[in-house]
Amino acid sequence: MRRVVVTGLGLVTPLGNGVKTNWERLLASQSGIRRIDTFDVSDLPAQIAGIVPRGTNPGELDLDAVASAKDRRRMDDFIVYGLAAAMEAVEDSGWKPQDDEGQERTGVMIGSGIGGLPNIADGALTLEKSGPRRISPFFIPAALINLVSGHVSIRYGFKGPNHAVVTACATGAHAIGDAARIIQFDDADVMIAGGAEAAVHRLGMAGFSAAKALSTAFNDAPTKGSRPWDKDRDGFVMGEGAGIVVLEELEHAKKRGAKIYGEIIGYGMSGDAHHITAPAADGNGGFRAMTAAIKRAGVALEDIDYINAHGTSTPLGDEIELGAVKRLFKDHAYKLSMSSTKSAIGHLLGAAGAAEAIYSLLAMRDQIVPPTLNLDNPSDGCDIDLVPHKAKEREVKVVLSNSFGFGGTNASLIFKSAP
Amino acid sequence: MSDVAERVKKIVVEHLGVEESKVTENASFIDDLGADSLDTVELVMAFEEEFSVEIPDDAAEKILTVKDAIDFITKNS
Repeated sequence: MRRVVVTGLGLVTPLGNGVKTNWERLLASQSGIRRIDTFDVSDLPAQIAGIVPRGTNPGELDLDAVASAKDRRRMDDFIVYGLAAAMEAVEDSGWKPQDDEGQERTGVMIGSGIGGLPNIADGALTLEKSGPRRISPFFIPAALINLVSGHVSIRYGFKGPNHAVVTACATGAHAIGDAARIIQFDDADVMIAGGAEAAVHRLGMAGFSAAKALSTAFNDAPTKGSRPWDKDRDGFVMGEGAGIVVLEELEHAKKRGAKIYGEIIGYGMSGDAHHITAPAADGNGGFRAMTAAIKRAGVALEDIDYINAHGTSTPLGDEIELGAVKRLFKDHAYKLSMSSTKSAIGHLLGAAGAAEAIYSLLAMRDQIVPPTLNLDNPSDGCDIDLVPHKAKEREVKVVLSNSFGFGGTNASLIFKSAP
Repeated sequence: MSDVAERVKKIVVEHLGVEESKVTENASFIDDLGADSLDTVELVMAFEEEFSVEIPDDAAEKILTVKDAIDFITKNS
């Protein structure tokens, strides 16, 4: 089987634009969650979110540097975020082939959970108010989920497989796992993979609020809102952004002297077959996804040093995931470290799994695990090392990242240090 | 006429993101100003909005240059 490594990283999150900014702020226990000031929230039960800082100051996302104002009319925000993170990842990898073979052997697989929700909402209002003749010709291509992959391929001339994953909050992890398999199957040598999301919009907030999924008790203390495993947690905090990696066949990467962040050695998937939004009470789906990933990786349970949990800060989900981890890892659950970086950035939905895979790779590079913010009073039974409040230096050779989505879809990724 | 011409050129500059100096009356939206077929649809919508005119599809298909747009609007508004 061909081996697949990670040779480029790109991040746009509520903590800021760029991998370096993100990692520094995450390790410094900073939060990207704030009161929503980009639209009226006075009638919404949940009024906080992780919002990407825009501007030209260091660490802010400069939209003009991603695409011209003209081109941005063709893109809803999730496409802009995805393109920005892809640009960083491609530059970081140094892989910009100009020849036919290089371009045809490079593909793109970037997904989104929801896609162009703001654009669809605004388009519906225009249709109602002014009729069909006022709908923009860019309405459809600005909203379609696979258009992140489309724009990235057009920007760089990547002519290999062009695909997009849609599995709600597991999208980013599924995209990376499936893209790695495309390389393993020899359908491409390089894949740009990950997820992008921008659904912090009145309609998105209203929808998740109606599903009783969001935190509503911390509207006046936004940075306290996302608190996985803490007794006072009351739902997840919406986030937005994108995480993109460059995946590359090992020998291809070595031959061109690429920097290697780690090797993707395990990928496991499962379905809950239980409920559209709630996880099965025994954590069976997550348990089987982790088990499948470990089997594929060919490592022992004891080899896993760090788990980047799905850990969304919902009353049900956090403890169910932890229960599955304890059941699977037994004694070793008390030796590994597990944290939820959603405590700092909120839940990036379709981008979450990719952003968290990147944080996991960085934990391995720097031998330090990022913290779970706001874990003041762990719920009963949350007694393993959940890295409360502060980042922690420790040995990190193999990492596992979990992502679970509505519909009962689960994905686990395992990376190990560069070979 | 000159007022219509100026307003048309302003819309073209804004929507296509091109230099004002390139927007001459004989400039073709697609050949000279980098527009694609979707851009031209959006441009026609912008003209309709700005000048409160309706530009039927068969007329829109014949608006290929800046001058075509100015002429149509001058005649129909």
